[in-house]
Amino acid sequence: MATVFAFVAGLVFGLGLIVAGMVNPAKILGFLDIAGTWDPSLALVMVGAIAVGLVAFALARRRTMSALGLPMQLPSQRTVDARLVGGSLVFGIGWGLAGFCPGPAIVALGAGYAKAAVFVVAMLLGMGAFELIERHRARTDSAMPDAKSS
Amino acid sequence: MNIDWINFTPWSAAIGGAVIGLAAALLVLVNGRVAGISGIVGGMLQPRADDFAWRLAFVAGLLLAPVVHAMVAASAPATIAASYPVLIVAGLLVGIGTRFAGGCTSGHGVCGLSRLSPRSLVATLAFMAAGFVTVFVVRHAIPA
Repeated sequence: MATVFAFVAGLVFGLGLIVAGMVNPAKILGFLDIAGTWDPSLALVMVGAIAVGLVAFALARRRTMSALGLPMQLPSQRTVDARLVGGSLVFGIGWGLAGFCPGPAIVALGAGYAKAAVFVVAMLLGMGAFELIERHRARTDSAMPDAKSS
Repeated sequence: MNIDWINFTPWSAAIGGAVIGLAAALLVLVNGRVAGISGIVGGMLQPRADDFAWRLAFVAGLLLAPVVHAMVAASAPATIAASYPVLIVAGLLVGIGTRFAGGCTSGHGVCGLSRLSPRSLVATLAFMAAGFVTVFVVRHAIPA
């Protein structure tokens, strides 16, 4: 059942991105180009999404279980660190270069754009690189106190 | 600052945004999960088979959205100006950056700000600033 609702959520999310015009990189870059002719549309997408999201997450915060009886898994991290800021800066550079962030790129891939497919494959490789770095770090960290274990 | 009145679409942007918010509401209230695309996709690359299915289903919904949308409305074409080499570099940066940041435009920008998370506010300001600077450099600082 959770799988069905996840599919519906993904579908509705994608439809929202399409209606909002956010699947078009030209529109994203129009927002990011404040020195040129600026298209503020993306700001209104955020306003519309957050207006609904504020209510939803206020309700979610008061529950420990979802409607399906699944655990409410909200982020618990509180610290602002170099990973958060550095990662966001790196993401923002890529976003500004292509005009794609993860969601719209996947929707554009579904619409059949070859360029979106190339972006998504590269994005998956980037995410895979992150997993390798994390696993390597976990291994070297655990190997430090006792070198024999590795 | 000059507003691009020809391309500015306030109503469809706000309505589309509200639909995005509804999708995030559905996922958190029914499934108990945050609709962060980079986290949902990145989590599929981790060796944990137990929560693979819902992630795949969410991504399938994203992929099928343009097909469903085309059944009811004419779709506006997307203009992807970036060259293939630029798309590869951009994709790599987006992939690795969002995972280190623990979120992207959806996870931090929409859900995180809706949760009033200070972390997400910092992340959103950082990737927006980097996006603004990158587009400025590409479009205005480098002579064509």
